[in-house]
Amino acid sequence: MKLTGAQILCESLIKEGVEVMFGFPGGAVLPFYDVLPDYPQLRHLLVRHEQGAAHAADGYARASGRVGVCVATSGPGGTNLVTGIAGAYLDSSPVVAITGQVARPFIGKDAFQEVDITGITLPITKHNYLVMRAEDMAAVVNEAFHIASTGRPGPILIDIPRDVFIEEAEFRYPDKVNLRGYKPTIQGHPAQVKKAAKLINEAKRPLIIAGRGVIISGACPQLKELAEKGQIPVVTTLLGIGSFPQSHVLSLGMLGMHGMAHANMAVNAADLIVAIGMRFDDRATAKVSGFAPHAQIIHIDIDPAEIGKNVRADVPIVGDVKNVLEALNEQVSPQNRVDWISQIEEWQREHPSTAIRETESLLPQYVVRQIHEITRGNAIVVTGVGQNQMWAAHYFQYERPNTLISCGGLGPMGFELPAALGAKVACPEETVWCIAGDGGFQMTIQELATVVQEDLALKIAIINNRFLGMVRQWQQLFYRRRYVATPLAGPDFVKVAEAYGIAAVKVTDRLQVIPAIERAMEHQGPFLIDFVVEPEENVYPMVPPGAALAEILEQPREEVSAR
Amino acid sequence: MAKHTLIALVENKPGVLNRVASLFRRRGFNIESIAVGHTEMPGLSRMTILVDGTAAAVEQVRKQLDKLIDVVKVTDITDESAVDRELALIKVRANPATRSEIIQIVDIFRASIVDVAADSLVVEVTGDEDKIDSLFHLLKGFGIKEIARTGRIAMTRGAAGPITVAEEKPQQKAARPKKTKGANEISNL
Repeated sequence: MKLTGAQILCESLIKEGVEVMFGFPGGAVLPFYDVLPDYPQLRHLLVRHEQGAAHAADGYARASGRVGVCVATSGPGGTNLVTGIAGAYLDSSPVVAITGQVARPFIGKDAFQEVDITGITLPITKHNYLVMRAEDMAAVVNEAFHIASTGRPGPILIDIPRDVFIEEAEFRYPDKVNLRGYKPTIQGHPAQVKKAAKLINEAKRPLIIAGRGVIISGACPQLKELAEKGQIPVVTTLLGIGSFPQSHVLSLGMLGMHGMAHANMAVNAADLIVAIGMRFDDRATAKVSGFAPHAQIIHIDIDPAEIGKNVRADVPIVGDVKNVLEALNEQVSPQNRVDWISQIEEWQREHPSTAIRETESLLPQYVVRQIHEITRGNAIVVTGVGQNQMWAAHYFQYERPNTLISCGGLGPMGFELPAALGAKVACPEETVWCIAGDGGFQMTIQELATVVQEDLALKIAIINNRFLGMVRQWQQLFYRRRYVATPLAGPDFVKVAEAYGIAAVKVTDRLQVIPAIERAMEHQGPFLIDFVVEPEENVYPMVPPGAALAEILEQPREEVSAR
Repeated sequence: MAKHTLIALVENKPGVLNRVASLFRRRGFNIESIAVGHTEMPGLSRMTILVDGTAAAVEQVRKQLDKLIDVVKVTDITDESAVDRELALIKVRANPATRSEIIQIVDIFRASIVDVAADSLVVEVTGDEDKIDSLFHLLKGFGIKEIARTGRIAMTRGAAGPITVAEEKPQQKAARPKKTKGANEISNL
């Protein structure tokens, strides 16, 4: 039977198990939107800006582990997706972005709303397509979902000219993908695994650094087994949070620029680093030449290009983390590393990184900790970028994978609200807390309308310090406290929320924190809390830019009193 | 720093050259030359890429190239026994007094005259980079009007076996033994 390109696209999306799309219509994609009513299985959520569509698809993908889909029209529709696609690319998130393009005869003519979106997204997609014939549509969609979700996942863009949506072709969905240029290595090389096991068994002070690859691969149980069997402490990257339960005795929390002091000290002292599904981002390693100076490094990753890219690897293992860890666990012998572990515990006692200082004022750390207490850690936390992101990472305790959703690689302010919306769509049964800063929240604030229109019971906490807080912190510490372009005279967020039809409350006193969060939790629909916090509170610990991981700046002692 | 010769077998699709060039630009790698043409395998083109860099940097280039979906296979043949060739067309000034001298030089280089005009000759020469450079310098004295050079193309000698793609063997990449190069070399690609 012959179908139009638009129909083939819908049929193909259904074949790929797509249930939800986040999008925004326009001239070039209208033929696609026009057939959507015929496919009620495909739920379309109308965002208010295409950036929101891309972040929402990303948030959906991260919360569910499935491919997120976003749709935009040609020209500005596509360019507005770019930030969201780049965020998905840097964090290996499976997103398929579908864009309309001007009709084939207009391509290359600088037509109205024409941009070369495949050219623009070339360096921020795992692969992209310009579909020039309706008969290619099914195969392209099939390939796109395969590439997006396998190996090291990533975003794919499919650009479709307006007249290809209308062109008719025979619909036949391919039963398998065969790409001769794409065969991810899944099994680790046995000889390398053996070498790694030997190093682990001989190490005195081994340390695991777990990244998001552990979560993507579904290898959290294998990670736990490795840690427990070998008695190896575990630090995680920001995106690796949730790969290992933070309440576990071997969990040291996050490493890096804003990592826990004892975690960074452990990296510095370790004689063996087992890096699993992570890519040695500069925010995790700090100065590379000073990274883990006493350690040999085992690097396990599915992407061969990550091996040796930033940090030397003594024993590289390319493969799917889960498979590699299963093989490794068989060869790791049970150990008792009491000296090493008690040394780290001592550092932890001496350097309490998540202590909250005693004060009458309303501290952001206290807010996040109370959200954790009241939800009992049973929530998905979606963060913005900056101070709010780090406090959300530090003061909420994460026990399960995919419970912290944060755009670590790109760091796009404005990620929080649309990504939280996507996460809520993916996991309607879960409590989703969007932890935002007052700066980033205003970058995509219009998605409050989407939250209302789609009736998504999001809980939103704005950490409102009337500053672009992290930039201000850098100005304070490294630019002689010259607060240039960082003070914010923000709107009244409660009134804004109410204008969108969202219940909201402002909190200015620490005594109001718990009742406000409880009220948000009891409220049926979306709820926003504007936490007006201490304006010049800093994120500690901090490794200054350009310094090594061991050169940790901690909260001034007089301010701290361990709780 | 040394020059490396990479052979990439790529899908013969629109935009592939752009993907490769874009990758080099974005990652800050320098292409000295690139030559593209069809292969004996349907749908596959062969790129010979000359890249300058340390062993570690070139290894990173190779792996990043290999990540491109349209790149089927990348091989660094720098340390292999290989034949490499460039082709150049050189339009050199010539008059009745100099013509025979030019022809003699051209003969020594086993190059050929492919066009004769009243005041110029077009010389066609193939060979490795050094040979073409030498001929160029000899002809320079007569006055060069124009020169066109291709990038390098290269092929490993018979003993090394052909660079080709075996169909339908998913784990083929993992199984193929590779020689080690540098500290960061991984042995299970």
